[in-house]
Amino acid sequence: MIKIKNLHAGIEGKQILNGIDLDIRPGEVHAIMGPNGSGKSTLASVLAGREDYEVTKGSVEFLGRDLLELKPEERAGEGLFLAFQYPVEIPGLSTINFIKTAVNEVRKYKGQEPLDAVAFLKLMNEKMALMNMDKTLLSRSLNEGFSGGEKKRNEIFQMAMLQPKLAILDETDSGLDIDAIRIVANGVNKLKSSDNAILVVTHYQRLLDYIVPDFVHVLYNGRIVKSGSKELALELEEKGYDFIKNENPTINEPAWTR
Amino acid sequence: MSNELSTIEQHVLSDYKYGFVTNIEADEAPRGLSEDTVRFISAKKNEPEWMLEWRLKAYRHWCNMTIPHWANIKYPPIDFQDIIYYSAPKQKVTPKSLDEIDPELRRTFEKLGISLEEQKRLSGVAVDAVIDSVSIGTTFKAQLAELGIIFCSMSEAIREHPELVRKYIGSVVPITDNYFAALNSAVFSDGSFCYIPKGVRCPMELSTYFRINAENTGQFERTLIVAEEGSYVSYLEGCTAPMRDENQLHAAVVELITMDHAEIKYSTVQNWYPGDKQGNGGIYNFVTKRGICKGNHSKISWTQVETGSAITWKYPSVILKGDHSTGEFYSVAVTNNHQQADTGTKMMHLGKNTRSRIVSKGISAGVSNNSYRGLVHIGKNAADARNFSQCDSLLLGDKCGAHTFPYIEVKNNTAVVEHEATTSKIGEDQIFYCNQRGIDTETAVALIINGFAKEVMNQLPMEFAVEAQKLLAISLEGSVG
Ligand SMILES: Nc1ncnc2c1ncn2[C@@H]1O[C@H](COP(=O)(O)OP(=O)(O)OP(=O)(O)O)[C@@H](O)[C@H]1O
Ligand SMILES: [Mg+2]
Repeated sequence: MIKIKNLHAGIEGKQILNGIDLDIRPGEVHAIMGPNGSGKSTLASVLAGREDYEVTKGSVEFLGRDLLELKPEERAGEGLFLAFQYPVEIPGLSTINFIKTAVNEVRKYKGQEPLDAVAFLKLMNEKMALMNMDKTLLSRSLNEGFSGGEKKRNEIFQMAMLQPKLAILDETDSGLDIDAIRIVANGVNKLKSSDNAILVVTHYQRLLDYIVPDFVHVLYNGRIVKSGSKELALELEEKGYDFIKNENPTINEPAWTR
Repeated sequence: MSNELSTIEQHVLSDYKYGFVTNIEADEAPRGLSEDTVRFISAKKNEPEWMLEWRLKAYRHWCNMTIPHWANIKYPPIDFQDIIYYSAPKQKVTPKSLDEIDPELRRTFEKLGISLEEQKRLSGVAVDAVIDSVSIGTTFKAQLAELGIIFCSMSEAIREHPELVRKYIGSVVPITDNYFAALNSAVFSDGSFCYIPKGVRCPMELSTYFRINAENTGQFERTLIVAEEGSYVSYLEGCTAPMRDENQLHAAVVELITMDHAEIKYSTVQNWYPGDKQGNGGIYNFVTKRGICKGNHSKISWTQVETGSAITWKYPSVILKGDHSTGEFYSVAVTNNHQQADTGTKMMHLGKNTRSRIVSKGISAGVSNNSYRGLVHIGKNAADARNFSQCDSLLLGDKCGAHTFPYIEVKNNTAVVEHEATTSKIGEDQIFYCNQRGIDTETAVALIINGFAKEVMNQLPMEFAVEAQKLLAISLEGSVG
């Protein structure tokens, strides 16, 4: 599905990712954990194609294509989805209009006809039920005045509507109440299949009780310093990141100071 | 953030999509302006003596006036002697039906996507098309006549309904009002006249498509709409001009009058040629639009979507004379490249319990300048008057300017006047969010600006709103990377 090799990236001359290697195959769920500022969101942004970040080294292959060559909207068209840690507000643009545009733009990219109103509504109702989504949110301006939890739920609702091949969920659980975590996780699980994959970024083991990962990786100072099974998440929860830091004293020092 | 701005700069306005010239023999006045020019125009139109006298009075007044400079716009001096003040498409006979209209002209309409048949058949819009100063092809006349509604060109109105024209012309915008209004009064070539009798609700949107055509022809339209007691009319004005190198002056005057319980809704979509990317050419648009709510409980509502012209100088205003009368101004003004707009409104509260609402959305891109200028005046007899103003600016890039000049004069302390203003930028994070969902930047910008302008767009009649949305997107095409 996606092969990340020795990925280095930074912003405004500051190096943040210092050689990421990650291989995700169809049907797999990977979790990335790591202390604040370790580069998790940066990795997600680089994969999604945010232009501010400069890739200085390495390669990313997505479904057989060179991902780094593609524009962000082309990556989306190819089936890459990012649930943002901080979803953006667009005043005056209704959520439903935004999602309809997104769905049809992705269809256009794939050479499919746009969905007509009836087909779109049918799909929407189906996914709304799945996500327990409040209908009134959809007629409101995109994310404007949404509560933290509503924004996160809206991200996963969009994922359900777009049915991506690879979904990156950046701290989708933070800000969600206990019931909402369950609903969102159930939604994600229902969308899971043998030909798509999920990369979950989280700080909490709790989410991983619901979305059970095949692999857990620890990102630290822009590098994956430890990988393991889901038990690794439990271990981190118990011990904190200190043992990781102690095991990796040399890279404690950020690359740009060297 | 800084990155957003630099990419914006690299892109420029798409080529003007309506830039073509219709090849019709023109019947022109000699270049320049004098009493003779005024007499020529009046004679061409077979006007009665009183009309000529009125024009001459305006001309003499104009000769003693100087061009105003208070607006936040810059342009080279205009040579008023280098303008052709009258140009009419030659036609052998007055057309009785659409089929008799010059095919060349018909094609122009078709290129604009406003073929008269289509309009007629599909949307039920009566179109009074003004091409270069003379009105051609008025549809739906019979149907309107049955209701006693008069909808015709100004020239025709002067001939057929002189008592009405004489009574109302210049009653809202006097010939002495301002430099451009005086000029218009002297040399206006044509325009629309609309009279809605007592108690009649006009069953369709009345619409005029203006189009500037012959080279070097200033356009001086004159529009007058009178809504008698208890009547209602919605009027649409839309326009596109062919591409030109030289600047073209446009100085229209629009007057609206509502009696007791009457309502006029006046909507404009203006996309005249804005000039090229370097700021050459484009229309100079100096317009005086004013309405008076003469009667109690009457209402005048202006809605404008301004995307065109090199210079826009325009303040559609309402004099709220009748008690309980309402004035509204909804505006979207887009400037890109070197465009300059100084636009806004005046709400003059004179009667008791009068209400006004101002919603202005300015969108600036390129190195353009976009100013909102508004006056809310509460007279000493305007007890319990209310005004609410909302002025929002959206910037694309950091080389453009957005300015707000709100003036408030309150002479009656029972008034409540509220003013809110915001300035925002299209954020790179907003664009990226859209991109991540598969939406390209062009479409993302269109979505964001249409969202920004929604409150105003919602005021437009349906068929116009769709066109206006496209225009917004076209005029900002390529302005964000
Ligand atoms: N635009 C930027 N300019 C400068 N530094 C940046 C920028 N974006 C990210 N960084 C820095 O890069 C580092 C990694 O940030 P990132 O957001 O990827 O961390 P994270 O692992 O997602 O953290 P968290 O768990 O808090 O979400 C941080 O030190 C951050 O301050
Ligand atoms: Mg993060």
